[in-house]
Amino acid sequence: MTTLTEELDQITAKVQQEQQAAGDRINVCVAAGCLSLHSDAVQHALEAETKKSAARCAVRGVGCMGLCSAGPVVSHEPAASASNENATRLYRGVQPEDAPQLVASLQGEPVAKLAISSQLPFFTRQTKVVLENSGRINPESIEEYIATGGYRALMHALNEMTPAEVVQEISASGLRGRGGAGYPTGLKWATVARVAGAPKYVICNADEGDPGAFMDRSVLEGDPHRVLEGMILAAYAIGASQGYIYLRAEYPLAVKRLGIAIREAKRMGLLGSDIGGTRMNLNLEIRLGAGAFVCGEETALIASIEGHRGTPHPRPPYPAESGLWGSPTLINNVETYANVPPILRRGSAWYAALGTAKSKGTKVFALSGKVRNTGLIEVPMGMTLREIIFDIGGGVDEGHTFKAVQTGGPSGGCIPAAQLDIPVDYDSLMQAGSIMGSGGMIVMDDSSCMVNVARFFMEFCMSESCGKCIPCRAGTAQMYGLLTRITEGTATHRELDLLTRLCDMVGATSLCGLGQTAPNPVLSTLRYFKNEYLAHIEDKHCPAGVCDCTASIAEVAQ
Amino acid sequence: MNEKKTLATTWLDGCSGCHMSLLDMDERLIDLSQQFDLVYCPLVDQKIFPPHVDITLIEGAIGNEEDLEKIHLIRERTRILVSLGDCAVTGNVSALRNPFGADAVLRRVYGEPTGTLAQVPKIGLPKLLSRVRPLHDYVHVDLFVPGCPPSADTIYTVLSELLAGRMPDLSSVAHFG
Amino acid sequence: MTATPAVKTFVIDGVDASARSEQTILSAAREHNIFIPTLCHLEGLSDVGACRLCLVEVKGARRLLPACTTRVEEGMEITCNSPRIAAYRQMTLQLLFAERNHVCAVCLANRHCELQSLATSLGMTHVEIPYRFPSLSVDISHERFTLDHNRCILCTRCIRVCSEIEGAHTWDLMGRGIQSRVITDLDQPWGESDTCTSCGKCVQVCPTGALFQKNRTGGQCCKDPSFLPYLRTMREEP
Repeated sequence: MTTLTEELDQITAKVQQEQQAAGDRINVCVAAGCLSLHSDAVQHALEAETKKSAARCAVRGVGCMGLCSAGPVVSHEPAASASNENATRLYRGVQPEDAPQLVASLQGEPVAKLAISSQLPFFTRQTKVVLENSGRINPESIEEYIATGGYRALMHALNEMTPAEVVQEISASGLRGRGGAGYPTGLKWATVARVAGAPKYVICNADEGDPGAFMDRSVLEGDPHRVLEGMILAAYAIGASQGYIYLRAEYPLAVKRLGIAIREAKRMGLLGSDIGGTRMNLNLEIRLGAGAFVCGEETALIASIEGHRGTPHPRPPYPAESGLWGSPTLINNVETYANVPPILRRGSAWYAALGTAKSKGTKVFALSGKVRNTGLIEVPMGMTLREIIFDIGGGVDEGHTFKAVQTGGPSGGCIPAAQLDIPVDYDSLMQAGSIMGSGGMIVMDDSSCMVNVARFFMEFCMSESCGKCIPCRAGTAQMYGLLTRITEGTATHRELDLLTRLCDMVGATSLCGLGQTAPNPVLSTLRYFKNEYLAHIEDKHCPAGVCDCTASIAEVAQ
Repeated sequence: MNEKKTLATTWLDGCSGCHMSLLDMDERLIDLSQQFDLVYCPLVDQKIFPPHVDITLIEGAIGNEEDLEKIHLIRERTRILVSLGDCAVTGNVSALRNPFGADAVLRRVYGEPTGTLAQVPKIGLPKLLSRVRPLHDYVHVDLFVPGCPPSADTIYTVLSELLAGRMPDLSSVAHFG
Repeated sequence: MTATPAVKTFVIDGVDASARSEQTILSAAREHNIFIPTLCHLEGLSDVGACRLCLVEVKGARRLLPACTTRVEEGMEITCNSPRIAAYRQMTLQLLFAERNHVCAVCLANRHCELQSLATSLGMTHVEIPYRFPSLSVDISHERFTLDHNRCILCTRCIRVCSEIEGAHTWDLMGRGIQSRVITDLDQPWGESDTCTSCGKCVQVCPTGALFQKNRTGGQCCKDPSFLPYLRTMREEP
């Protein structure tokens, strides 16, 4: 009888053999960004064309390759150079009618009008750990994940390590939660492992809701098994036999691919009873979120899984002690789990060597806004904002100047040009008045009004507040009203003073993280761009030319 | 020469009930009146708000453009401005129209009762503001006297303390709202 | 290993105090006659920590903690009343007064309203936060009771008493954030509710004039929620 590990080896050999036999590989990005530009039609056209021309090549749909602004993105990996990344050709903006030309070029020169260099800083400056497979494997095939070394870390841990050793390895890696707050992951696992009581639950928070953030979606769409493997390892480490993935329903493709991944993993015996022939059991289920941002807050998420209204409750007790149905519960974010398999596969020392002293590893960012190369990137912690925005992102458009970058979504802040050289790590961003957050990075140039930006985020918090506690429910609405008055030119210093005090009060007294951080976009813009607020208030003038500051004070209708 | 303090009172968007309560001080008013000169009041025949007033009691909220103009002028000319009664302090009954809007009020008052011939007067009616708001939304207020209306006792405390040069403590005589 | 002592000692507003280990800061403070304002808390109902009026400072804690849901711990140093907390409490009340249309003068609960009396006892003289003046409805469909959304502060006492004590769960919330409001059944008119037993407990626990008995005139809407702890005690297993 073959063990599961041997079976994984056989699958790997078979996939590699098939890939070699198939010849060249054409990868078409079919993640949500490119798919919205009809990359599925491009894939079909390429498939039809290869069949017609009898070219020795396989066309596959893959996950996100990063450069979303250039979609639909297609890559061509020549057969001879499967291991040599430099030989990979990248194409941008590919249309179905480009298929004949592309297929014809397989043996010859690249199609010049579509080609983009894989030597662009956008690609060369990145370090891919979480996204190592994204864009390179078919996310709907467990075999392809296995062929990249997938589920080996799990088998190794199950067979060779105790749960405590797994926790120890994660602690030693220095991994911190990628959902936003940066709590040490190893410490969280150790706490849940230590708490007595059964059953225990493991939950994956995939309720990614920040405006401008699509990291978790891309991971789930591009490499879902990595998240499952991370969760199974976590469940082993803490002793859980039931788990939930709380995934927002607005991500139908991620729902579909994760569903396939769970089925495939069950079929392989990597989920369910007696995983890999050991005594470990784990059942994983998807729970769909109905579009409430607050359900990303862990206690609200738990309430939602339990079937209640998704509202947070005061902590303590923390979910580690009393979480889902009152049981000890581990909640981590998608990207956190996605970091777990490589840490166990390559060792905590390898991981801890990436990044900075207090922020280890890499971080995935969704780069968007007024930047040339919008898309999904992964960089080592400690890279400066300038390198990310100007080298990788390509800077702002011609004729415009960079003004600020917003990190951390509605809980974060805006960092001005003067601070572009700070390293991107949890502590430096915090010092600059923002947060790492889940990885949204929105670039703004001189055409962005910072008061209006603050107002946008406040509107978001206002409409996403669950309404349970007064400071968040009524406070965000009031702050939104005051910001509106500033942008329409009817505010005085009295309104600004009230806004400042409300920021302090809402931040200090709100029940959960949503309200506690809701004032951050206002506070950080007040800190760095107070002159813009004053221009609206004193001169009734919007420096960026965005707001119409001509409303009459008598007609204030808010 | 004149060491008496000057006192002004006026009503804006209100019902004049606070002034009735003021008169309810009865005979105490006679004693009190020895201590001030009443320089402006809806109950006396003075048309122009005088330039320097020590204490002004304002009843009612800001509901139309005339109120708005008045309150800025009064604030400019007054040392101690008092919001007298709930309409001045919170908007109260005057502000009940706010959820419906000014147009709905005009239609109801001038339109519905008299049928098709009805129309909103074009002259002599100050333009209504979209929202009725308390005084302190527009100007700095020095003292808030709640009540609908504030009792005669409360007003007596307010006036006698202010005339004596002290800021009254209303925590034991008044109730918010 | 020693068993956890059943009694905790701590310092509250500078006074050495003790309480049973399962007690909350709020119940310990009230035993020691220390005033902590509350609106969502009600003796006899579960606590939700939503109104944020009972927030206190605990030395060493990163954030302010709700006294109603935080248990006392050995050696805690608790400050229930500081200038900072007082300012936050005032602002919380102001946010409530500005959120909906609380026109005390024409409210049935005038002078019998917990929101109003808290405003007075916390020294609130006016609301500097802009009033929002939302347009809200009044449900008069029930034979005996009225629901006026204009006065509702979303404390959820009605929801909890209906679910936890009456067992009917007629009340619940719909919408979120500033759009939240209490509903009966699946947002049917109260009078058409299949589950309401017309027991009136919700009316008795409502801290404002949002729920009141019909055929009363202004200022007559006295509430008496004191039946709650009694009911709860009587129902507890011996």
